[in-house]
Amino acid sequence: MSAVLVTTTINGDRTEFVCETDETLLDALRNRLGLTGSKEGCGTGDCGACSVTVDGRLVCSCLVLGVEAEGCEVNTIEGMADGDVLHPLQAKFIEHAALQCGICTPGFLMAAKVLLDKNPNPSEVEIRFALAGNLCRCTGYDKIVRAVKAAAKEVRKR
Amino acid sequence: MSAHDVMPDIELYQPITVEDAVALAERHGENGWLLAGGQDTYGWLKDRAKHTSAMIDLNAIDALKGIRELAGGIEIGALTSLTEIQNNSSVVAKFGLLAEAVAHVASPQIRNMGTLGGNLVQDTRCWYYRRGLSCYRAGGNTCYANTPEGMNREHAIFGASRCVAVTPSDTAPALVALEAQMVIVGPDGERIVAAEDFFVGPNVDIRSMTTLETGEVLTAVRIPGKWATSEYYFEKVADRNVWDFALVSVAAVMKLNGGNITDARFACGGVACVPQRLPAVERAVIGKPRNDETGLAAGAIASNGAVTLNYNHFKVPLIENLVRRAVRG
Ligand SMILES: Cc1cc2nc3c(=O)[nH]c(=O)nc-3n(C[C@@H](O)[C@@H](O)[C@H](O)COP(=O)(O)OP(=O)(O)OC[C@H]3O[C@@H](n4cnc5c(N)ncnc54)[C@H](O)[C@@H]3O)c2cc1C
Ligand code: SF4
Ligand code: FES
Ligand code: FES
Repeated sequence: MSAVLVTTTINGDRTEFVCETDETLLDALRNRLGLTGSKEGCGTGDCGACSVTVDGRLVCSCLVLGVEAEGCEVNTIEGMADGDVLHPLQAKFIEHAALQCGICTPGFLMAAKVLLDKNPNPSEVEIRFALAGNLCRCTGYDKIVRAVKAAAKEVRKR
Repeated sequence: MSAHDVMPDIELYQPITVEDAVALAERHGENGWLLAGGQDTYGWLKDRAKHTSAMIDLNAIDALKGIRELAGGIEIGALTSLTEIQNNSSVVAKFGLLAEAVAHVASPQIRNMGTLGGNLVQDTRCWYYRRGLSCYRAGGNTCYANTPEGMNREHAIFGASRCVAVTPSDTAPALVALEAQMVIVGPDGERIVAAEDFFVGPNVDIRSMTTLETGEVLTAVRIPGKWATSEYYFEKVADRNVWDFALVSVAAVMKLNGGNITDARFACGGVACVPQRLPAVERAVIGKPRNDETGLAAGAIASNGAVTLNYNHFKVPLIENLVRRAVRG
Protein backbone atom coordinates (compact mmCIF):
# COMPACT_ATOMS: atom_id res chain seq x y z
CA MET A 1 0.00 0.00 0.00
CA SER A 2 1.27 3.42 -0.83
CA ALA A 3 -0.07 6.95 -1.00
CA VAL A 4 -0.37 8.56 -4.40
CA LEU A 5 -0.88 12.18 -5.37
CA VAL A 6 -3.79 12.46 -7.76
CA THR A 7 -4.39 15.56 -9.88
CA THR A 8 -7.93 15.99 -11.19
CA THR A 9 -10.51 18.56 -12.08
CA ILE A 10 -13.55 18.20 -9.83
CA ASN A 11 -16.69 20.13 -10.72
CA GLY A 12 -14.53 22.46 -12.81
CA ASP A 13 -11.89 23.13 -10.14
CA ARG A 14 -8.39 21.77 -10.42
CA THR A 15 -8.07 19.54 -7.37
CA GLU A 16 -5.20 17.54 -5.93
CA PHE A 17 -5.62 14.86 -3.34
CA VAL A 18 -3.52 12.14 -1.79
CA CYS A 19 -5.02 8.68 -1.55
CA GLU A 20 -3.98 5.13 -0.94
CA THR A 21 -3.90 2.76 -3.92
CA ASP A 22 -6.68 0.67 -2.38
CA GLU A 23 -9.02 3.61 -1.85
CA THR A 24 -12.08 3.97 -4.05
CA LEU A 25 -12.93 7.22 -5.76
CA LEU A 26 -16.03 7.35 -3.56
CA ASP A 27 -13.90 7.18 -0.41
CA ALA A 28 -11.52 9.80 -1.75
CA LEU A 29 -14.39 12.16 -2.59
CA ARG A 30 -16.14 11.70 0.73
CA ASN A 31 -13.28 11.27 3.18
CA ARG A 32 -10.45 13.23 1.61
CA LEU A 33 -12.32 16.02 -0.12
CA GLY A 34 -15.43 16.38 2.04
CA LEU A 35 -17.70 15.89 -0.97
CA THR A 36 -20.28 13.78 0.83
CA GLY A 37 -23.08 14.21 -1.72
CA SER A 38 -22.24 10.90 -3.39
CA LYS A 39 -23.59 8.13 -1.18
CA GLU A 40 -22.58 4.58 -0.50
CA GLY A 41 -25.62 2.33 -0.73
CA CYS A 42 -23.97 -1.00 -1.39
CA GLY A 43 -20.32 -0.66 -2.36
CA THR A 44 -20.74 -3.33 -5.01
CA GLY A 45 -22.06 -1.59 -8.12
CA ASP A 46 -25.67 -2.56 -7.51
CA CYS A 47 -27.40 0.62 -6.36
CA GLY A 48 -25.85 3.58 -8.20
CA ALA A 49 -26.06 5.92 -5.17
CA CYS A 50 -22.37 6.68 -5.68
CA SER A 51 -22.75 7.68 -9.36
CA VAL A 52 -20.42 10.41 -10.60
CA THR A 53 -19.02 11.17 -14.02
CA VAL A 54 -15.38 10.63 -14.97
CA ASP A 55 -14.54 12.33 -18.27
CA GLY A 56 -18.25 12.44 -19.01
CA ARG A 57 -18.85 8.74 -18.35
CA LEU A 58 -21.30 7.83 -15.63
CA VAL A 59 -19.63 5.39 -13.23
CA CYS A 60 -20.17 3.86 -9.81
CA SER A 61 -17.46 5.62 -7.82
CA CYS A 62 -17.48 2.73 -5.32
CA LEU A 63 -16.04 0.55 -8.13
CA VAL A 64 -13.35 2.93 -9.36
CA LEU A 65 -10.00 3.47 -7.66
CA GLY A 66 -9.21 7.02 -6.61
CA VAL A 67 -5.91 6.80 -8.50
CA GLU A 68 -7.78 6.04 -11.73
CA ALA A 69 -9.09 9.63 -11.63
CA GLU A 70 -5.59 10.96 -12.37
CA GLY A 71 -5.82 13.55 -15.13
CA CYS A 72 -9.60 13.15 -15.40
CA GLU A 73 -12.52 15.51 -15.08
CA VAL A 74 -14.81 14.35 -12.31
CA ASN A 75 -18.28 15.75 -11.81
CA THR A 76 -20.31 15.10 -8.69
CA ILE A 77 -23.71 16.17 -7.41
CA GLU A 78 -22.04 19.13 -5.65
CA GLY A 79 -21.40 20.67 -9.07
CA MET A 80 -24.94 20.37 -10.36
CA ALA A 81 -26.57 23.54 -9.04
CA ASP A 82 -25.34 26.89 -10.31
CA GLY A 83 -24.67 28.66 -7.01
CA ASP A 84 -28.08 28.93 -5.37
CA VAL A 85 -29.93 28.15 -8.57
CA LEU A 86 -30.97 24.53 -8.76
CA HIS A 87 -30.59 22.54 -11.97
CA PRO A 88 -34.04 21.82 -13.50
CA LEU A 89 -33.60 18.17 -12.54
CA GLN A 90 -33.09 19.11 -8.89
CA ALA A 91 -36.03 21.51 -8.96
CA LYS A 92 -38.33 18.96 -10.58
CA PHE A 93 -37.31 16.20 -8.17
CA ILE A 94 -38.47 18.46 -5.33
CA GLU A 95 -41.62 19.55 -7.13
CA HIS A 96 -42.63 15.96 -7.95
CA ALA A 97 -41.63 14.62 -4.51
CA ALA A 98 -39.26 12.22 -6.27
CA LEU A 99 -37.31 11.60 -3.08
CA GLN A 100 -37.94 10.49 0.46
CA CYS A 101 -34.81 9.52 2.41
CA GLY A 102 -32.65 11.01 -0.32
CA ILE A 103 -29.85 8.47 -0.28
CA CYS A 104 -30.41 7.45 -3.89
CA THR A 105 -31.13 10.97 -5.13
CA PRO A 106 -27.62 12.24 -5.96
CA GLY A 107 -27.04 9.13 -8.05
CA PHE A 108 -30.36 9.42 -9.87
CA LEU A 109 -29.69 13.09 -10.58
CA MET A 110 -26.24 12.36 -12.00
CA ALA A 111 -27.57 9.54 -14.19
CA ALA A 112 -30.48 11.69 -15.37
CA LYS A 113 -28.15 14.61 -16.16
CA VAL A 114 -25.93 12.40 -18.32
CA LEU A 115 -29.06 11.36 -20.20
CA LEU A 116 -30.43 14.89 -20.70
CA ASP A 117 -27.02 16.25 -21.74
CA LYS A 118 -27.03 13.71 -24.57
CA ASN A 119 -30.74 13.55 -25.28
CA PRO A 120 -32.96 16.41 -24.05
CA ASN A 121 -36.08 14.70 -25.40
CA PRO A 122 -35.98 11.15 -24.09
CA SER A 123 -38.93 8.76 -24.23
CA GLU A 124 -40.11 7.11 -21.03
CA VAL A 125 -38.39 3.89 -22.08
CA GLU A 126 -35.13 5.75 -22.67
CA ILE A 127 -35.42 7.36 -19.24
CA ARG A 128 -36.04 4.03 -17.57
CA PHE A 129 -33.09 2.40 -19.32
CA ALA A 130 -30.80 5.32 -18.46
CA LEU A 131 -31.77 5.01 -14.80
CA ALA A 132 -31.59 1.22 -14.72
CA GLY A 133 -28.39 1.22 -12.66
CA ASN A 134 -29.93 3.25 -9.86
CA LEU A 135 -32.08 1.69 -7.17
CA CYS A 136 -34.51 3.48 -4.87
CA ARG A 137 -35.93 1.72 -1.81
CA CYS A 138 -38.42 4.42 -0.77
CA THR A 139 -39.98 6.51 -3.48
CA GLY A 140 -40.54 4.03 -6.27
CA TYR A 141 -39.57 4.90 -9.79
CA ASP A 142 -42.72 6.50 -11.11
CA LYS A 143 -42.22 9.90 -9.52
CA ILE A 144 -38.58 9.87 -10.46
CA VAL A 145 -39.40 9.19 -14.11
CA ARG A 146 -42.03 11.93 -14.09
CA ALA A 147 -39.58 14.39 -12.57
CA VAL A 148 -37.01 13.62 -15.26
CA LYS A 149 -39.64 14.08 -17.98
CA ALA A 150 -40.64 17.45 -16.52
CA ALA A 151 -37.00 18.50 -16.20
CA ALA A 152 -36.36 17.52 -19.81
CA LYS A 153 -39.11 19.89 -20.84
CA GLU A 154 -37.44 22.70 -18.84
CA VAL A 155 -34.05 21.92 -20.34
CA ARG A 156 -35.49 22.05 -23.86
CA LYS A 157 -36.96 25.53 -23.17
CA ARG A 158 -33.56 26.94 -22.29
CA MET B 1 -18.84 -11.82 7.06
CA SER B 2 -18.43 -9.17 4.42
CA ALA B 3 -16.93 -5.71 4.60
CA HIS B 4 -18.26 -4.17 1.45
CA ASP B 5 -17.08 -0.65 2.07
CA VAL B 6 -13.34 -1.04 2.31
CA MET B 7 -10.78 -2.79 0.21
CA PRO B 8 -7.78 -4.65 1.52
CA ASP B 9 -4.30 -3.23 0.95
CA ILE B 10 -3.35 -3.37 -2.69
CA GLU B 11 0.04 -2.93 -4.25
CA LEU B 12 -0.81 -1.37 -7.59
CA TYR B 13 1.24 -1.75 -10.77
CA GLN B 14 0.45 0.27 -13.86
CA PRO B 15 2.39 -1.14 -16.82
CA ILE B 16 2.12 0.61 -20.18
CA THR B 17 3.02 -2.31 -22.45
CA VAL B 18 1.59 -5.81 -22.78
CA GLU B 19 5.11 -7.25 -22.33
CA ASP B 20 5.50 -5.51 -18.97
CA ALA B 21 2.05 -6.66 -17.87
CA VAL B 22 2.88 -10.26 -18.80
CA ALA B 23 6.23 -10.04 -17.01
CA LEU B 24 4.54 -8.68 -13.87
CA ALA B 25 1.82 -11.32 -14.06
CA GLU B 26 4.42 -14.05 -14.43
CA ARG B 27 6.54 -12.68 -11.58
CA HIS B 28 3.60 -12.46 -9.17
CA GLY B 29 2.07 -15.76 -10.28
CA GLU B 30 -0.91 -16.83 -8.19
CA ASN B 31 -0.73 -13.64 -6.12
CA GLY B 32 -1.06 -11.35 -9.12
CA TRP B 33 -4.41 -10.04 -10.35
CA LEU B 34 -5.07 -8.43 -13.71
CA LEU B 35 -7.30 -5.39 -13.42
CA ALA B 36 -9.43 -4.12 -16.28
CA GLY B 37 -12.59 -2.17 -15.42
CA GLY B 38 -12.67 -3.64 -11.91
CA GLN B 39 -16.44 -4.21 -11.95
CA ASP B 40 -16.04 -7.88 -11.05
CA THR B 41 -12.73 -7.51 -9.24
CA TYR B 42 -13.65 -5.08 -6.46
CA GLY B 43 -16.61 -7.20 -5.39
CA TRP B 44 -14.28 -10.12 -4.76
CA LEU B 45 -11.72 -8.02 -2.93
CA LYS B 46 -14.18 -6.07 -0.79
CA ASP B 47 -15.87 -9.30 0.26
CA ARG B 48 -12.46 -10.74 1.15
CA ALA B 49 -13.52 -13.79 -0.83
CA LYS B 50 -10.40 -13.57 -3.03
CA HIS B 51 -7.09 -11.94 -2.37
CA THR B 52 -4.21 -10.44 -4.26
CA SER B 53 -0.96 -8.88 -3.20
CA ALA B 54 -0.25 -7.34 -6.62
CA MET B 55 -2.86 -5.63 -8.73
CA ILE B 56 -1.69 -5.28 -12.33
CA ASP B 57 -3.76 -2.50 -13.85
CA LEU B 58 -4.08 -2.90 -17.63
CA ASN B 59 -5.78 0.46 -18.18
CA ALA B 60 -2.64 2.34 -19.17
CA ILE B 61 -1.91 -0.02 -22.07
CA ASP B 62 -3.25 1.76 -25.14
CA ALA B 63 -2.52 -1.20 -27.42
CA LEU B 64 -5.31 -3.12 -25.63
CA LYS B 65 -7.99 -0.56 -26.45
CA GLY B 66 -10.15 0.20 -29.45
CA ILE B 67 -11.98 -1.43 -32.32
CA ARG B 68 -10.21 -2.10 -35.62
CA GLU B 69 -11.47 -3.29 -38.99
CA LEU B 70 -10.17 -6.65 -40.17
CA ALA B 71 -10.74 -8.11 -43.62
CA GLY B 72 -14.51 -8.61 -43.40
CA GLY B 73 -14.51 -8.73 -39.64
CA ILE B 74 -13.30 -6.69 -36.67
CA GLU B 75 -10.82 -6.88 -33.84
CA ILE B 76 -11.80 -5.53 -30.44
CA GLY B 77 -9.09 -4.76 -27.89
CA ALA B 78 -9.72 -6.55 -24.59
CA LEU B 79 -9.73 -3.28 -22.65
CA THR B 80 -12.39 -1.66 -24.83
CA SER B 81 -15.36 -0.60 -22.72
CA LEU B 82 -18.70 -2.27 -23.23
CA THR B 83 -20.30 1.13 -23.91
CA GLU B 84 -17.85 1.79 -26.74
CA ILE B 85 -18.68 -1.58 -28.29
CA GLN B 86 -22.41 -1.01 -27.91
CA ASN B 87 -22.15 2.34 -29.76
CA ASN B 88 -19.53 1.43 -32.37
CA SER B 89 -21.04 1.82 -35.83
CA SER B 90 -19.13 -1.03 -37.36
CA VAL B 91 -20.09 -3.45 -34.57
CA VAL B 92 -23.70 -2.37 -34.91
CA ALA B 93 -23.67 -2.70 -38.71
CA LYS B 94 -21.81 -6.01 -38.96
CA PHE B 95 -22.35 -7.81 -35.69
CA GLY B 96 -25.65 -6.61 -34.30
CA LEU B 97 -25.75 -9.76 -32.17
CA LEU B 98 -22.74 -8.58 -30.16
CA ALA B 99 -24.03 -4.99 -29.90
CA GLU B 100 -27.28 -6.30 -28.52
CA ALA B 101 -25.65 -8.72 -26.08
CA VAL B 102 -23.41 -5.93 -24.78
CA ALA B 103 -26.41 -3.64 -24.32
CA HIS B 104 -27.92 -6.27 -22.01
CA VAL B 105 -24.96 -6.31 -19.62
CA ALA B 106 -25.60 -4.82 -16.17
CA SER B 107 -26.26 -1.06 -16.01
CA PRO B 108 -25.02 2.03 -17.89
CA GLN B 109 -22.53 2.70 -15.09
CA ILE B 110 -21.05 -0.80 -15.26
CA ARG B 111 -20.92 -0.84 -19.07
CA ASN B 112 -19.02 2.45 -18.97
CA MET B 113 -16.25 0.96 -16.84
CA GLY B 114 -16.52 -2.74 -17.67
CA THR B 115 -14.41 -4.06 -20.52
CA LEU B 116 -14.93 -6.85 -23.01
CA GLY B 117 -11.97 -8.81 -21.60
CA GLY B 118 -13.27 -8.46 -18.06
CA ASN B 119 -16.75 -9.47 -19.14
CA LEU B 120 -15.38 -12.66 -20.70
CA VAL B 121 -12.99 -13.57 -17.87
CA GLN B 122 -15.29 -12.60 -14.94
CA ASP B 123 -15.93 -15.40 -12.49
CA THR B 124 -19.22 -17.13 -11.81
CA ARG B 125 -21.91 -15.57 -9.65
CA CYS B 126 -22.68 -18.71 -7.60
CA TRP B 127 -23.31 -17.05 -4.27
CA TYR B 128 -21.83 -19.78 -2.12
CA TYR B 129 -18.57 -19.36 -3.96
CA ARG B 130 -18.79 -15.56 -4.01
CA ARG B 131 -19.35 -15.55 -0.28
CA GLY B 132 -15.97 -17.17 0.08
CA LEU B 133 -17.15 -20.66 1.06
CA SER B 134 -14.61 -23.36 0.46
CA CYS B 135 -16.46 -25.26 -2.26
CA TYR B 136 -14.92 -27.34 -5.08
CA ARG B 137 -14.34 -24.27 -7.21
CA ALA B 138 -12.57 -22.58 -4.33
CA GLY B 139 -10.34 -25.61 -3.76
CA GLY B 140 -12.52 -27.35 -1.18
CA ASN B 141 -14.25 -30.70 -1.37
CA THR B 142 -17.98 -30.04 -1.54
CA CYS B 143 -20.56 -28.16 -3.59
CA TYR B 144 -23.00 -26.14 -1.50
CA ALA B 145 -25.38 -25.48 -4.37
CA ASN B 146 -25.99 -29.07 -5.36
CA THR B 147 -27.43 -30.40 -2.12
CA PRO B 148 -31.04 -31.07 -1.11
CA GLU B 149 -31.10 -27.70 0.71
CA GLY B 150 -28.90 -25.85 -1.77
CA MET B 151 -30.32 -22.77 -3.46
CA ASN B 152 -29.68 -23.62 -7.06
CA ARG B 153 -32.35 -21.79 -9.00
CA GLU B 154 -29.68 -19.97 -11.05
CA HIS B 155 -27.46 -23.02 -11.58
CA ALA B 156 -26.64 -25.32 -14.48
CA ILE B 157 -28.77 -27.76 -16.43
CA PHE B 158 -25.92 -28.85 -18.70
CA GLY B 159 -22.33 -29.95 -18.26
CA ALA B 160 -22.18 -30.10 -14.47
CA SER B 161 -19.28 -31.98 -13.00
CA ARG B 162 -19.19 -31.62 -9.21
CA CYS B 163 -19.61 -27.83 -9.73
CA VAL B 164 -23.00 -26.65 -11.07
CA ALA B 165 -22.14 -22.97 -11.56
CA VAL B 166 -23.02 -21.12 -14.78
CA THR B 167 -21.31 -18.52 -16.95
CA PRO B 168 -22.44 -15.01 -15.99
CA SER B 169 -21.28 -13.33 -19.19
CA ASP B 170 -23.75 -11.94 -21.73
CA THR B 171 -21.08 -11.37 -24.37
CA ALA B 172 -19.64 -14.90 -24.22
CA PRO B 173 -22.57 -16.69 -25.96
CA ALA B 174 -22.65 -14.00 -28.67
CA LEU B 175 -18.93 -14.40 -29.35
CA VAL B 176 -19.18 -18.20 -29.41
CA ALA B 177 -22.04 -17.94 -31.91
CA LEU B 178 -19.99 -15.53 -34.04
CA GLU B 179 -16.97 -17.92 -34.06
CA ALA B 180 -14.72 -15.30 -32.48
CA GLN B 181 -11.03 -15.93 -31.84
CA MET B 182 -9.35 -14.98 -28.58
CA VAL B 183 -5.87 -13.50 -28.83
CA ILE B 184 -3.83 -14.39 -25.75
CA VAL B 185 -0.31 -13.22 -24.91
CA GLY B 186 1.76 -14.97 -22.26
CA PRO B 187 5.38 -15.52 -21.28
CA ASP B 188 5.81 -17.84 -24.28
CA GLY B 189 4.31 -15.44 -26.82
CA GLU B 190 0.95 -15.29 -28.53
CA ARG B 191 -1.65 -18.02 -28.94
CA ILE B 192 -5.04 -17.86 -30.55
CA VAL B 193 -7.97 -19.87 -29.24
CA ALA B 194 -11.49 -20.23 -30.63
CA ALA B 195 -14.05 -18.62 -28.30
CA GLU B 196 -15.69 -21.99 -27.92
CA ASP B 197 -12.46 -23.52 -26.55
CA PHE B 198 -11.59 -20.46 -24.44
CA PHE B 199 -14.35 -21.25 -21.96
CA VAL B 200 -13.94 -24.46 -20.00
CA GLY B 201 -16.30 -26.42 -17.81
CA PRO B 202 -15.59 -28.02 -14.44
CA ASN B 203 -14.80 -31.34 -16.11
CA VAL B 204 -11.73 -29.64 -17.64
CA ASP B 205 -10.77 -27.25 -14.82
CA ILE B 206 -12.95 -26.79 -11.77
CA ARG B 207 -10.97 -23.76 -10.57
CA SER B 208 -11.07 -21.63 -13.71
CA MET B 209 -13.77 -20.78 -16.27
CA THR B 210 -11.28 -20.10 -19.08
CA THR B 211 -8.13 -21.62 -20.57
CA LEU B 212 -6.08 -18.60 -19.46
CA GLU B 213 -2.98 -19.65 -17.55
CA THR B 214 -1.34 -17.57 -14.85
CA GLY B 215 0.73 -14.89 -16.56
CA GLU B 216 -1.45 -14.76 -19.65
CA VAL B 217 -3.34 -11.67 -20.82
CA LEU B 218 -6.29 -11.69 -23.19
CA THR B 219 -5.30 -8.92 -25.59
CA ALA B 220 -8.05 -8.91 -28.21
CA VAL B 221 -11.08 -10.64 -29.63
CA ARG B 222 -11.22 -11.15 -33.39
CA ILE B 223 -14.55 -11.68 -35.08
CA PRO B 224 -14.20 -13.10 -38.58
CA GLY B 225 -16.33 -11.83 -41.45
CA LYS B 226 -18.22 -15.12 -41.79
CA TRP B 227 -21.33 -14.01 -39.90
CA ALA B 228 -21.13 -10.27 -40.68
CA THR B 229 -24.59 -8.80 -41.41
CA SER B 230 -26.23 -12.22 -40.96
CA GLU B 231 -29.64 -12.63 -39.39
CA TYR B 232 -29.33 -12.77 -35.61
CA TYR B 233 -31.38 -13.12 -32.47
CA PHE B 234 -30.50 -12.33 -28.87
CA GLU B 235 -32.76 -12.66 -25.88
CA LYS B 236 -31.91 -12.69 -22.21
CA VAL B 237 -34.33 -13.58 -19.46
CA ALA B 238 -33.45 -12.28 -16.01
CA ASP B 239 -35.39 -11.53 -12.84
CA ARG B 240 -35.01 -7.84 -13.59
CA ASN B 241 -35.12 -6.69 -17.18
CA VAL B 242 -31.89 -4.74 -16.89
CA TRP B 243 -28.97 -4.88 -14.44
CA ASP B 244 -29.45 -8.55 -13.55
CA PHE B 245 -27.61 -11.66 -14.73
CA ALA B 246 -29.18 -14.04 -17.24
CA LEU B 247 -31.25 -16.95 -16.02
CA VAL B 248 -31.13 -18.16 -19.61
CA SER B 249 -30.02 -16.28 -22.70
CA VAL B 250 -29.87 -17.27 -26.34
CA ALA B 251 -27.53 -15.89 -28.99
CA ALA B 252 -28.07 -17.08 -32.54
CA VAL B 253 -26.83 -16.28 -36.03
CA MET B 254 -28.39 -17.63 -39.19
CA LYS B 255 -27.88 -17.43 -42.93
CA LEU B 256 -30.93 -17.52 -45.14
CA ASN B 257 -31.41 -18.24 -48.78
CA GLY B 258 -34.89 -17.78 -50.23
CA GLY B 259 -36.44 -18.06 -46.76
CA ASN B 260 -34.58 -21.28 -45.91
CA ILE B 261 -31.91 -21.47 -43.24
CA THR B 262 -28.63 -22.50 -44.87
CA ASP B 263 -26.33 -22.18 -41.84
CA ALA B 264 -26.82 -21.46 -38.13
CA ARG B 265 -25.02 -21.26 -34.82
CA PHE B 266 -26.65 -21.15 -31.39
CA ALA B 267 -25.11 -20.55 -27.98
CA CYS B 268 -26.92 -20.12 -24.66
CA GLY B 269 -25.90 -18.36 -21.47
CA GLY B 270 -26.94 -19.19 -17.92
CA VAL B 271 -27.40 -22.92 -18.50
CA ALA B 272 -23.86 -24.29 -18.18
CA CYS B 273 -20.44 -23.26 -16.98
CA VAL B 274 -19.61 -22.42 -20.60
CA PRO B 275 -21.74 -20.84 -23.32
CA GLN B 276 -23.76 -23.88 -24.36
CA ARG B 277 -23.62 -24.67 -28.08
CA LEU B 278 -26.72 -26.41 -29.45
CA PRO B 279 -25.44 -28.54 -32.36
CA ALA B 280 -28.60 -30.65 -32.56
CA VAL B 281 -30.71 -27.52 -32.93
CA GLU B 282 -28.36 -26.22 -35.62
CA ARG B 283 -28.64 -29.47 -37.57
CA ALA B 284 -32.40 -29.49 -37.20
CA VAL B 285 -32.94 -26.01 -38.61
CA ILE B 286 -30.55 -26.10 -41.56
CA GLY B 287 -32.50 -26.54 -44.79
CA LYS B 288 -35.79 -25.52 -43.13
CA PRO B 289 -37.75 -22.29 -43.53
CA ARG B 290 -37.36 -19.74 -40.73
CA ASN B 291 -40.85 -20.00 -39.25
CA ASP B 292 -42.65 -21.03 -36.09
CA GLU B 293 -43.00 -24.64 -37.17
CA THR B 294 -39.25 -25.01 -37.48
CA GLY B 295 -38.88 -23.08 -34.22
CA LEU B 296 -41.23 -25.39 -32.36
CA ALA B 297 -39.36 -28.47 -33.54
CA ALA B 298 -35.96 -26.93 -32.74
CA GLY B 299 -37.13 -25.73 -29.33
CA ALA B 300 -38.32 -29.20 -28.43
CA ILE B 301 -34.82 -30.63 -28.76
CA ALA B 302 -32.97 -27.63 -27.26
CA SER B 303 -33.21 -29.12 -23.78
CA ASN B 304 -32.09 -32.63 -24.74
CA GLY B 305 -29.67 -33.90 -22.15
CA ALA B 306 -30.63 -31.35 -19.51
CA VAL B 307 -30.19 -32.47 -15.91
CA THR B 308 -32.13 -30.30 -13.49
CA LEU B 309 -31.46 -29.52 -9.84
CA ASN B 310 -34.04 -28.88 -7.11
CA TYR B 311 -34.94 -25.33 -8.08
CA ASN B 312 -34.01 -24.82 -11.72
CA HIS B 313 -36.53 -26.95 -13.65
CA PHE B 314 -37.94 -23.75 -15.12
CA LYS B 315 -34.81 -23.42 -17.26
CA VAL B 316 -35.98 -26.35 -19.43
CA PRO B 317 -39.10 -24.70 -20.88
CA LEU B 318 -37.24 -21.40 -20.87
CA ILE B 319 -34.46 -22.59 -23.15
CA GLU B 320 -37.00 -24.40 -25.34
CA ASN B 321 -39.08 -21.27 -25.80
CA LEU B 322 -36.12 -18.97 -26.32
CA VAL B 323 -34.76 -21.24 -29.05
CA ARG B 324 -38.20 -21.39 -30.64
CA ARG B 325 -38.37 -17.60 -30.70
CA ALA B 326 -34.82 -17.31 -32.02
CA VAL B 327 -35.64 -19.60 -34.92
CA ARG B 328 -38.98 -18.08 -35.88
CA GLY B 329 -37.50 -14.54 -35.59
C1 LIG C 1 -24.31 -5.01 -10.24
C2 LIG C 1 -23.64 -5.78 -11.31
C3 LIG C 1 -24.40 -6.32 -12.35
C4 LIG C 1 -23.79 -7.04 -13.38
N1 LIG C 1 -24.58 -7.55 -14.37
C5 LIG C 1 -23.98 -8.21 -15.40
C6 LIG C 1 -24.77 -8.73 -16.48
O1 LIG C 1 -25.98 -8.56 -16.51
N2 LIG C 1 -24.15 -9.38 -17.48
C7 LIG C 1 -22.80 -9.56 -17.49
O2 LIG C 1 -22.29 -10.15 -18.46
N3 LIG C 1 -22.03 -9.10 -16.49
C8 LIG C 1 -22.59 -8.41 -15.45
N4 LIG C 1 -21.81 -7.93 -14.43
C9 LIG C 1 -20.40 -8.27 -14.36
C10 LIG C 1 -19.47 -7.16 -14.74
O3 LIG C 1 -18.49 -7.09 -13.77
C11 LIG C 1 -18.89 -7.46 -16.07
O4 LIG C 1 -19.93 -7.40 -16.98
C12 LIG C 1 -17.80 -6.50 -16.51
O5 LIG C 1 -17.75 -6.49 -17.93
C13 LIG C 1 -16.46 -6.91 -16.02
O6 LIG C 1 -15.47 -6.22 -16.74
P1 LIG C 1 -14.29 -5.47 -16.00
O7 LIG C 1 -13.42 -4.95 -17.08
O8 LIG C 1 -14.81 -4.48 -15.05
O9 LIG C 1 -13.62 -6.70 -15.24
P2 LIG C 1 -12.54 -6.78 -14.09
O10 LIG C 1 -13.20 -6.80 -12.78
O11 LIG C 1 -11.47 -5.77 -14.30
O12 LIG C 1 -11.96 -8.22 -14.44
C14 LIG C 1 -12.73 -9.39 -14.27
C15 LIG C 1 -11.81 -10.61 -14.28
O13 LIG C 1 -11.22 -10.76 -15.55
C16 LIG C 1 -9.80 -10.73 -15.48
N5 LIG C 1 -9.36 -9.96 -16.64
C17 LIG C 1 -9.84 -8.75 -17.02
N6 LIG C 1 -9.28 -8.37 -18.18
C18 LIG C 1 -8.42 -9.36 -18.54
C19 LIG C 1 -7.54 -9.54 -19.66
N7 LIG C 1 -7.46 -8.63 -20.63
N8 LIG C 1 -6.81 -10.68 -19.72
C20 LIG C 1 -6.91 -11.61 -18.73
N9 LIG C 1 -7.72 -11.50 -17.66
C21 LIG C 1 -8.47 -10.38 -17.57
C22 LIG C 1 -9.48 -10.07 -14.17
O14 LIG C 1 -8.23 -10.52 -13.67
C23 LIG C 1 -10.64 -10.51 -13.31
O15 LIG C 1 -10.39 -11.79 -12.79
C24 LIG C 1 -22.39 -7.20 -13.38
C25 LIG C 1 -21.62 -6.66 -12.36
C26 LIG C 1 -22.23 -5.95 -11.33
C27 LIG C 1 -21.36 -5.36 -10.26
S1 SF4 D 1 -21.85 -24.59 -7.90
FE1 SF4 D 1 -19.62 -24.55 -8.11
S2 SF4 D 1 -19.10 -22.52 -7.39
FE2 SF4 D 1 -21.16 -22.94 -6.56
S3 SF4 D 1 -20.88 -23.95 -4.56
FE3 SF4 D 1 -20.96 -25.60 -6.08
S4 SF4 D 1 -18.77 -25.95 -6.56
FE4 SF4 D 1 -18.88 -23.93 -5.63
S1 FES E 1 -22.57 2.35 -3.56
FE1 FES E 1 -21.74 2.25 -5.55
S2 FES E 1 -23.29 1.23 -6.62
FE2 FES E 1 -24.05 1.16 -4.58
S1 FES F 1 -35.45 8.11 -1.68
FE1 FES F 1 -34.75 6.64 -0.24
S2 FES F 1 -33.72 5.24 -1.54
FE2 FES F 1 -34.61 6.56 -2.96
